[in-house]
Amino acid sequence: MLKPRPEPVQVVKQRRDAALAALVESIPYIQFLGVRFDRRGDELTAIMPFCDQLIGNPGLPALHGGAIAAFLEVSAVIELSWAGLWKEIESPTITPDQIKSGGLVSIPKTIDFSVDYLRTGLPRDAYARARVNRSGRRYASVFVEAWQDNKSRIIAQATGHFLMPEPH
Amino acid sequence: MESDKNRLVRQFMEAIPHAQALGILFENIGSGTAEMLMQYDKRFIGDPKTGVIHGGAVFALLDSCCGAAVLSHPEQKGLTATIDLRVDYMRPASPLQTLRARAQCYNITRSVAFVSAVALDDNDDKPVATATGAFVTGKS
Repeated sequence: MLKPRPEPVQVVKQRRDAALAALVESIPYIQFLGVRFDRRGDELTAIMPFCDQLIGNPGLPALHGGAIAAFLEVSAVIELSWAGLWKEIESPTITPDQIKSGGLVSIPKTIDFSVDYLRTGLPRDAYARARVNRSGRRYASVFVEAWQDNKSRIIAQATGHFLMPEPH
Repeated sequence: MESDKNRLVRQFMEAIPHAQALGILFENIGSGTAEMLMQYDKRFIGDPKTGVIHGGAVFALLDSCCGAAVLSHPEQKGLTATIDLRVDYMRPASPLQTLRARAQCYNITRSVAFVSAVALDDNDDKPVATATGAFVTGKS
């Protein structure tokens, strides 16, 4: 039997990007922070463009610790949801419209979130990548780190534990 | 009566752009203690299915409140910054209800202030979230 031809690259990219956009747009707080996500294959990078309302210390000025924590937490939540949805997006048994309607996709709930502040957040764009260290049926543990101008100079890192949604 | 120092702390905290963006309001500021409010806002929703606000917004409220508690401590001089903060989310905040945070700076050394805080909605008996953290203390 002949192997089926691989899908055209535009079709694959369009489907993945639409699914990611639908997931991100379904969460209002991500829009409030102005956070976007870049995708390379299944790898995500979160971007928080600088804006005045993220400032916590107007004198320096520096990013608010709460804004940095929120950025890390949304990065972790999206990474975890994205990793969970990946198989379905690829099959594809789930469409971006279904993700958008919110009916099928459940967001993991944060159990705890612990942030280390390593450097002052400058008035610049910030980037973050999360890594799911363990994802079981009920619980997941996610590590996430954020940087600005230099990837080697981490401004904050966090570990969070999440309660996984019941399978739909 | 609010002391001169606490009036300055209040003015400083109320001028913080991110706290303003979240609509965080000062309720009370004491001697190493602080209370703040954050009204429910649809823009803060983290779970569209339930309308529950995102943990990140709760984290920001608790971080602000802890920072204010440190600044209001009689032995604290100058500004502060968070070294680390851990938040435990005990239950989802009830949609539409205002969140209240209470923080206490329970120990302060030359370089570190130790703080704990709690976030509540209309149900006083069951906290929405608790926080513990360490903050930088200003050099005298």
